[in-house]
Amino acid sequence: MSTATALSPEILAKYQPVIGLEVHVQLLTETKAFCGCVNRYGGEPNTHVCPTCLGLPGALPVLNRQAVEYAVLAAKSINCEIRETSVFARKNYFYPDSPKGYQISQFDKPVAENGWIEVPAFDESGAPITKRIGITRLHMEEDAGKSIHDGFADSINRTYIDLNRCGTPLVEIVSEPDLRTPDEVFEYLTRLKEILLYTGVSDCNMEEGSLRCDANVSVMLKGAKEFGTKAEVKNVNSFRFIRSAVQYEIERQIGVIEEGGRVVQESRLWNSGEGRTYSMRSKEQAHDYRYFPEPDLPPLVVGAEWQAEIFKALPELPEARRARMIEEFGLNEQDAATITATRDFADRFEVAAKKAKSPKRVASILLSEITMRLRAAELSDEQSPVSLDGIVLAADLMEDGTISSKQLKQLLDSSFAENKDFPEIYERDKPQQISDAGAIEQMIDEVIAANPKQVEQYRGGKKTVAAFFVGQVMRLSKGQANPAMLNELVTKKLDS
Amino acid sequence: MSGQSGVTIEDVRRVAELANLELTPEEEPRMQRDLNAILGHIAELNELNTSDVPPMAQVGEMLDGNAVHTHGETLRADLVQPSVDRAAVMASAPETDGRFFKVPKVIER
Repeated sequence: MSTATALSPEILAKYQPVIGLEVHVQLLTETKAFCGCVNRYGGEPNTHVCPTCLGLPGALPVLNRQAVEYAVLAAKSINCEIRETSVFARKNYFYPDSPKGYQISQFDKPVAENGWIEVPAFDESGAPITKRIGITRLHMEEDAGKSIHDGFADSINRTYIDLNRCGTPLVEIVSEPDLRTPDEVFEYLTRLKEILLYTGVSDCNMEEGSLRCDANVSVMLKGAKEFGTKAEVKNVNSFRFIRSAVQYEIERQIGVIEEGGRVVQESRLWNSGEGRTYSMRSKEQAHDYRYFPEPDLPPLVVGAEWQAEIFKALPELPEARRARMIEEFGLNEQDAATITATRDFADRFEVAAKKAKSPKRVASILLSEITMRLRAAELSDEQSPVSLDGIVLAADLMEDGTISSKQLKQLLDSSFAENKDFPEIYERDKPQQISDAGAIEQMIDEVIAANPKQVEQYRGGKKTVAAFFVGQVMRLSKGQANPAMLNELVTKKLDS
Repeated sequence: MSGQSGVTIEDVRRVAELANLELTPEEEPRMQRDLNAILGHIAELNELNTSDVPPMAQVGEMLDGNAVHTHGETLRADLVQPSVDRAAVMASAPETDGRFFKVPKVIER
């Protein structure tokens, strides 16, 4: 990680960072916020445009009903209160990718306020805690178009403008300045993204800009009552960089103060290539948006009845789902977190696991054997040759002791090598299972005879040596001995 | 706000800056005079007692007979409408390569 200046841990420890986040999320509506143009990433430049989103004189905005429903659903999922009557406002500024000369946003009466989400954190003693991060507000607004500054023959003196994105519906989610460390910032963003993905209001794809994050960072001496002057770090558009961007800015500000300077209120742009932030505006008073109520849009009224209808679409959220799956399926925290990482996967897992004799075994095969092979083959979950139903069959066969873990591994290897689902491979290969007690006993006798020292150890009270005999017999049987019978017979033989 | 004392020359320069306008030294006092005249005109409204009147930014509701729509009845269904043909859009653009709008290089002010 790059640092602004070389500051000793003692100096850094004198200061308390204070961080709040502004997260912009594009909504997955079919059309834009205020016109019927398609809301889709990319496309030939300037082909998803009309008089309204081009800002042509006389064109009037009409609010997208679905965008409202998504905004309200998102607000509910992060525990916000919905404001029954909210008001749109014009945020005035000049930039060529905003052709109207203002952005339609919400100002003093946003659609939702006073929410919170919980994130894992550490208290001062370093003990893990659950910390509640306040959410000041969630408001609706529209996205701007895109400015392309480089890559054209005349880029030296021309900027290219694509207005396809202009008018895309957004919600902006503003947190309280409750975050204290770069790790908390990362956890907050991770949890927020996860919740929003569960609601389905956005795909939260940072690469395509459907989730964007600005961080308000300040530092104060520990124990101080008043926050320091904040700087806004813009353009932190990757989970990979959020921690380093915030850490850099914290250290930069401490460095400024330690050198006797003062932090200037300004916007700073994060440059991930160089691992530092740059001042964007030299003038402290650059921001003055002259907000006023949007005269072209009536106040938005979301009555109690409509709210109740929208809330019906709220799914079980990740945190609650993890807790339930730990309880129902006997999963550990880590496995539950992996399985609930996306709602779609958690849904598919639950449907499958309920069919299996041991849902826990389905989880363990999925998270170890399958995941390992997917990684090795560089495949995504969707590309797995083994379906969840295939895993259910495998888990049941294991549960019944019909196949050994070694046989399972071989079958899965074949599945992946031939790109065929597990049931097909199993039906074809049906591994020979030696379930003849006599045959197994004969092999056990052989192993016992060959290992008198281990027999002595076992009979001397070291019962764990039984596993050694099971392993040896399994090897002798080329992995074909029925594991349940083998276990039982080994103990019986050794104890006799 | 009344008379010429309202808007100062500094106010004029600040507003011009926010509006990305470059005023000549001759234009500045003219703008100051105009702005003060307009504000003076509007200031007449302050003579009315509006303490019981709720703020209103647009007249749509009044045209609708004060109907209250609490269920999004007047909002737009999320249905795609055809966009405008790009060639037609670019025909009106001051500068284009046929695909993009082109503007003088953007520099942060």
